[in-house]
Amino acid sequence: MPKDSGIGASSKRREDIRFLTGEGNYTDDINVNGQAYVYFLRSDIAHGTLDSVDTSAAEGMEGVVRIFTGADFEAVGSVPCGWQITDKHGEPMQEPRHPVLAHGKVRHVGEPIAAVVAETLEQARDAAEAIEVEISELPAVVNMKDAVKADAPKVHDDLTSNLCYDWGFVEENKGAVDQAFKEAAHVTTLELVNNRLVANPMEPRVAVGDYSRGTGDYTLFTTSQNPHVIRLLMGAFVLGIPEHKLRVVAPDVGGGFGTKIFHYQEEAFVTFAAKACNRAVKWTSSRSEAFMSDAHGRDHVTKIELALDAEHNFTALRTDTYANMGAYLSTFAPSVPTWLHGTLMAGNYKTPLIYVNVKAVFTNTVPVDAYRGAGRPEATYQLERLVDKAAHELGVDPIKLRRQNFIMEFPYATPVAVEYDTGDYVATMDKLEEMADIGGFAARRKASEAKGKLRGFGVNCYIEACGIAPSNLVGQLGARAGLFESCTVRVNATGGLVVMTGSHSHGQGHETSFSQVVADMIGIPEDMVEVVHGDTANTPMGMGTYGSRSLAVGGSAMVRATEKIIAKAKKIASHLLEASEGDVELKDGAFTVAGTDKSVAWGDVTLAAYVPHNYPLEEIEPGLEETAFYDPSNFTYPSGAYACEVELDPETGQVTIERFSAADDFGNIVNPMIVTGQVHGGLAQGIGQALLENCAYDSDGQLLSASYMDYAMPRATDVPFYDVDHSCQTPCTHNPLGVKGCGEAGAIGSPPAVVNAVLDAMRSGGSTVDHIDMPVSPHRVWEAMNGSGV
Amino acid sequence: MYNFDVEMPSTIADAVTALARDEAQPLSGGQTLIPTLKARLAAPSVLVSLHGIAEMKGVSAQDGTVTIGGATTHATVAGEVADAYPALASLAGRIGDPAVRNRGTIGGSVANNDPSACYPAGVLASNGTVVTNTREIAADDYFLGMFETALEEGEIVTAVKFKIPEAAHYEKHLQPASRFPLVAVFVAKFADGVRVAVTGASENGVFRWTEAETALSADFSVEAVAGLKADGSSMISDLHGSGAYRAHLVGVMTKRAVAAINA
Ligand SMILES: Cc1cc2nc3c(=O)[nH]c(=O)nc-3n(C[C@H](O)[C@H](O)[C@H](O)COP(=O)(O)OP(=O)(O)OC[C@H]3O[C@@H](n4cnc5c(N)ncnc54)[C@H](O)[C@@H]3O)c2cc1C
Repeated sequence: MPKDSGIGASSKRREDIRFLTGEGNYTDDINVNGQAYVYFLRSDIAHGTLDSVDTSAAEGMEGVVRIFTGADFEAVGSVPCGWQITDKHGEPMQEPRHPVLAHGKVRHVGEPIAAVVAETLEQARDAAEAIEVEISELPAVVNMKDAVKADAPKVHDDLTSNLCYDWGFVEENKGAVDQAFKEAAHVTTLELVNNRLVANPMEPRVAVGDYSRGTGDYTLFTTSQNPHVIRLLMGAFVLGIPEHKLRVVAPDVGGGFGTKIFHYQEEAFVTFAAKACNRAVKWTSSRSEAFMSDAHGRDHVTKIELALDAEHNFTALRTDTYANMGAYLSTFAPSVPTWLHGTLMAGNYKTPLIYVNVKAVFTNTVPVDAYRGAGRPEATYQLERLVDKAAHELGVDPIKLRRQNFIMEFPYATPVAVEYDTGDYVATMDKLEEMADIGGFAARRKASEAKGKLRGFGVNCYIEACGIAPSNLVGQLGARAGLFESCTVRVNATGGLVVMTGSHSHGQGHETSFSQVVADMIGIPEDMVEVVHGDTANTPMGMGTYGSRSLAVGGSAMVRATEKIIAKAKKIASHLLEASEGDVELKDGAFTVAGTDKSVAWGDVTLAAYVPHNYPLEEIEPGLEETAFYDPSNFTYPSGAYACEVELDPETGQVTIERFSAADDFGNIVNPMIVTGQVHGGLAQGIGQALLENCAYDSDGQLLSASYMDYAMPRATDVPFYDVDHSCQTPCTHNPLGVKGCGEAGAIGSPPAVVNAVLDAMRSGGSTVDHIDMPVSPHRVWEAMNGSGV
Repeated sequence: MYNFDVEMPSTIADAVTALARDEAQPLSGGQTLIPTLKARLAAPSVLVSLHGIAEMKGVSAQDGTVTIGGATTHATVAGEVADAYPALASLAGRIGDPAVRNRGTIGGSVANNDPSACYPAGVLASNGTVVTNTREIAADDYFLGMFETALEEGEIVTAVKFKIPEAAHYEKHLQPASRFPLVAVFVAKFADGVRVAVTGASENGVFRWTEAETALSADFSVEAVAGLKADGSSMISDLHGSGAYRAHLVGVMTKRAVAAINA
């Protein structure tokens, strides 16, 4: 029986009432009295020396409040990077200065050169057109492999090269891995590209800075997934504002997908300019600006090799990846191709020896950072494409080869430094085989062929790592932040609760699912619980939402705080009941003396906490409010198996997805409907990457896919009706809810299944091509099947 | 957007007068022009809206000809031409999305002559005529290249006439991002011969594929065009397809259009 409330119920998302009726409160809805508007003049040249920025003609134009250039920010800190990688020689990565406004040089198309603050946005744009910028163009560095050549032009003149770091993982294993390849019965090699993506949340970035001369307080309203992190990074490292004088508010946020984790220079600008102009300053990104200023995702070029013995057991894995950092280091950029990618290379398999090499490279492109999945999709894609290729080379069934190499016992310590606590890869694969109706495939292929179409089937497995932790470990790995989460639970006198979480919801439905957990723990209706998030003024210091961490880490903090509440409430209740604490139990919203009908309602206990007339004042304080900080002892490891069935038109190369099945193990589930929705969204993004999305630069560093005219987003007609299941559940062993995280799985697990299916379809049409890069566009498929000649 | 004035004439004559103002430009559905203005890529000082001109709106069919007012929306054409000229209605009904079809107009589309637009293929294959406030221009003389037409400064497309063929079909392969045609082919079969117009493919905009026309006029079958190859040398090459791919698609779309007509 499905529950109708509490943990396990598909409670309707309460936040959707305001989102669907236009009552949301987004950053662009916030207007501060007397605010001015800023327009950023951005570079249209990828690489050049900034000879002069002459604002004299623009200064006096109508409505102009003030014009800023790089010189105004010389005394201001660099936009910081939150993770320092140590390279394979033990040296720290190369870390360039990242100015708020370009100074000395421009390094990518879209980099802000000047900022015009004016009474209206149109006036700011008019004045920006009157700014004379002289740039001596330099050769652009775009291709990563060219960028690391000795004679390549340097993106940053003060660094020794364009190589940010050369990371070996685990460096000590390299010799043994190489040896295993020498002894292998079979080696499969694959070279592939993980295409660069633009996140494209529906709501573009917005920032409003405000400053009060009366109090010296700053406020920043911003489209962020983690307001406390922005407060710390911007306050401490860029502008030198102590946290108690800076409030950061991230109200309703219309999608983040990673790209709203990072601290961006526009946030620092509006905060700085608010004081300098003594006016609130607002920036709203246009969609065109978003394409050239939001951090991009993915962009890896990889060679991966698998060694197998004569029985087809995986004996070793070796990868060599170039990871694009873009022109500057975005907040978490260095961690994505390393700790979020290298640690996942074991996948679902018991490969005993693994070596991962990653070269992170600076280029004259927009910075690249985490995007839904962040490093894990890149790992999954290469591994699952490789395993498929190995199966075809060896003439064995791809599912059988996978099953043969599955990790079967947990906990399992991988050779890439992580320990999987739980999982059951056989169970999810069994489930998948049933969902995908593999038995019926031959008939479906025949039916497609009768229409002149090819049909292909592809599978993959995936393993995810969510809730990156613990803090003392990530500190050793180079994180410049902790990765705990926090929660304050405040109980009001009349029994309602306010959950103040450091997590942030930007589409995930926390207001609903977090309420379900607390309501369930106490046994009260969900609508007695309110969830507050997104404002540093009324939530405890938290690390925000990304990496599918909210329920696993933020939810755990909430559980711990609620446990403290219940413990104290029980003390109050036992006083009221004149019973010993050990005899009192909380059930269905009332405290009862075990074995009697003596009971006191939740609301009477909470009232007593605030009207403590009959109260054990000598033992406990009045009030009912508790805070917990939760630092997980390990990542969580969701896993699953996905299958995709495509139809391919051999004449045009057009691929359509006919079926998609996803069997996931997310551990315990709080709200199945929300989980299904998260998987659907992730699948759409994964399918988008596999079939459509491609952020492309030309060799001069000009962005070719700079609008929706050329950047193909997935639409409803591009995706099938998904078949999603999360009944396989191996609960996480180290967090109180036993939950694992589900936000990124769809985006991680789907691209290889799609590409494997396309290749299967191509093979059925007689093609001998063994790889095709994403996006698998009609043009690419047609070329792969026919050659590129006229 | 830069500032501009707006004129709202209710007759063609008043529109012509208004367009005589310095740097005036017609505004029809605005589906192309408004985004251009928002991106500050155009700076007209006066926009002359054609929206309120009743004599430029509506559809009529007579003596084997469909006449569509220049300010008629794609949605209206999709609905009202369905009986008289189904292939044309189908073309109009597949332009963009509902919002675009309820604003965008045939006059705006043929005046703009985007190399990937749908209507130019329909007009050219239907041996149509572009009617302006001063003259009638045969389709063969009207489309001059990418974004180029025979229109003079200030000239307004008041209507477009189509000869109704015995049978016709518009087959398109979408560009994955914009969902405009990457290549689309309009095949119109008349008693006195077949016309085949191709959009999306050529650097010179919409064109007639005369080899296919000759072959199909002799033998209206898929086999007649199966062996033909369009010339790839002046085809558009971009992120979404090489010239060779586009040339190939011209053949595929033509074959499919013929097959659809013969089905
Ligand atoms: C999202 C989107 C998707 C689209 N998809 C497609 C598609 O799949 N296929 C397709 O063909 N088109 C597509 N379009 C374009 C659409 O069909 C436009 O309606 C058309 O290109 C222009 O028509 P309009 O009435 O909007 O003209 P406007 O934008 O108002 O004007 C366009 C130009 O023509 C001039 N003009 C307008 N009317 C006249 C006239 N009567 N006489 C002389 N000059 C005139 C204007 O001055 C301007 O230069 C799409 C547009 C959008 C926004």
